[in-house]
Amino acid sequence: MKLQNVREKGIHLFFFITGISAVIILAGIFLMLLVNGSRTFHEVGLSDFFLGTEWNPSAYEKPSYGILPMIVSTVMVTLGAMIIAVPLGVGTAAFISEAAGTKTREILKPIIEILAGIPSVAIGFLGIVLLGPLIARLFGLSSGLNAINGSILLAVMSLPTIISVSEDAIRAVPKDYKEASYALGATRWETLIKVTIPSAFSGIVVSVMLGVGRALGETMTVLMATGNAPAMPHSFFDSVRTMTATIAIELGEVPYDTTHYYALFAIGAVLFLMSFCVNLIAEIATARHRRERV
Amino acid sequence: MKNTGAWITVTLCILLWVMTTGCQKKDISGASIQVKGSDTEVNLVQRMSELFMEKHPAAAIAVTGGGSGTGIAALINRQTDIANSSRAMKQEEIKRAKDKGVDPVAVVFALDGLALVTHQSFPLDALNLDELAGVFKGNISNWKEINGPDIPVSLYGRQSNSGTFIFFRDYVLKGDYSQNMKRMNGTAQIVEALKQDRGGIGYVGIGYVVDRQGKVIPGIRVLNIAKDAGSQAVSPLDPENVKSGLYPISRPLYQYTNGVPAGRALEFIQFELSDEGQKIVVKEGYYPVTSEYMEANKMLGITQ
Repeated sequence: MKLQNVREKGIHLFFFITGISAVIILAGIFLMLLVNGSRTFHEVGLSDFFLGTEWNPSAYEKPSYGILPMIVSTVMVTLGAMIIAVPLGVGTAAFISEAAGTKTREILKPIIEILAGIPSVAIGFLGIVLLGPLIARLFGLSSGLNAINGSILLAVMSLPTIISVSEDAIRAVPKDYKEASYALGATRWETLIKVTIPSAFSGIVVSVMLGVGRALGETMTVLMATGNAPAMPHSFFDSVRTMTATIAIELGEVPYDTTHYYALFAIGAVLFLMSFCVNLIAEIATARHRRERV
Repeated sequence: MKNTGAWITVTLCILLWVMTTGCQKKDISGASIQVKGSDTEVNLVQRMSELFMEKHPAAAIAVTGGGSGTGIAALINRQTDIANSSRAMKQEEIKRAKDKGVDPVAVVFALDGLALVTHQSFPLDALNLDELAGVFKGNISNWKEINGPDIPVSLYGRQSNSGTFIFFRDYVLKGDYSQNMKRMNGTAQIVEALKQDRGGIGYVGIGYVVDRQGKVIPGIRVLNIAKDAGSQAVSPLDPENVKSGLYPISRPLYQYTNGVPAGRALEFIQFELSDEGQKIVVKEGYYPVTSEYMEANKMLGITQ
């Protein structure tokens, strides 16, 4: 009986550990970022770090650790991507679930899923050799490696997420709603715009937030396609350098236990908090979405 | 479970410990050698290693890039046998290496001229070092300021883990780069971008602007460079100019090892310094080592 008891306990413990491992990993990552990142502030002032407009830790003259241009770059590229991807993605989702015939849908859905599987390096490469020169010629710029290039590529990358999640949301709108709308004499277009999409709104918010998360954390594509100039960007036609790109470029060569090393962790922590907020919004929207449906 | 809290704490501590102390050391196996570092050197050393392995079928040499800083960091962390570097190790890097029990020894196996590249339509023939410094520091923002066309300057450079980035900054600029300089992933990307950009200028290793026949690749232009306003501007495309020092931006290419190289690493470096190896250096668009560096290599006991 005792042996059985021990075994029971062991099994219980095993499943308990597997169950909470995600929580532990998350907490561990956050603590590591926080502990290492906080050491930056022994040497760099908080306002110099968050509001400084120059990032040059391995400077010839005086090192500086301002991350504001990076935050602006990251937000700009993500925002640009969403401006392109949200209308396109929600539109596609509405088409697939409401307008397309079964055959069209069966062809379209797997193709969109394949889009999600293209490696980010390949997309970044397209940005350099195809999209960059195109943008330069179209807008009469000297170089096409800028924020708009990154935005378009990130839009392409977050489209599959936005489409598939909003499609689920639109499809989940109860049939009664639509039938009631038709019964009142509304056309299909009116029903879609005034009934179906508003009913699926919180689900669409979730899809957008997941898309934002995808764009925020993407590294390779922006690293390749945006030029990485550390100056503060003034427009979408300026070259930008995102937080992810900075970490990726500099972590490989930074000497351990230096302010520069810790500052990269601090950037990581800021990025973590940003995507945490985005996920939180998505969570809240999901919860509301569920409640609405019940 | 009542001691849930305790379990969480214990697991968390273990995890933290693993995360903060993990992956510090990696053993280097004796049979194969790892060569890592400078992107300027990677193609050349790759070619050398292929020919070396043809001669010594038992040898296995893996050559990877990543930048000089990356290679040196790997040498200090004992993750590579040979670190390629297009700049000398910094004082603080040597100190860090010594602290970790690594004794870096440098061998110069080739020379490199740094070429200044523009779009093929760029009208200026030559620049001097002062003008270059002004351009790359961002003090000169339009080419008309130095009698060029009325086009804004658009700068292309490498990222900070590149030896070329550091060398050009310390040797030509003697100050910081303009914040507007685009930091490109690699030399090939700089060349690609300059083919498109009429106001662009960038620096790349000479090996990247000429093809196997020694001709400049199409779409770009290589500028002549003068030491100062009074001296004659010369082209890096003529090997004599680089060897004689008339071309002002040339530098030694290093390989660092932990202690005086031995075994396979020694054989490989001896091969690079042999007549055959030096012929490959020339073929790949770089310059053979001068007699001073050969003397230094002899002093180390690497060559006779």
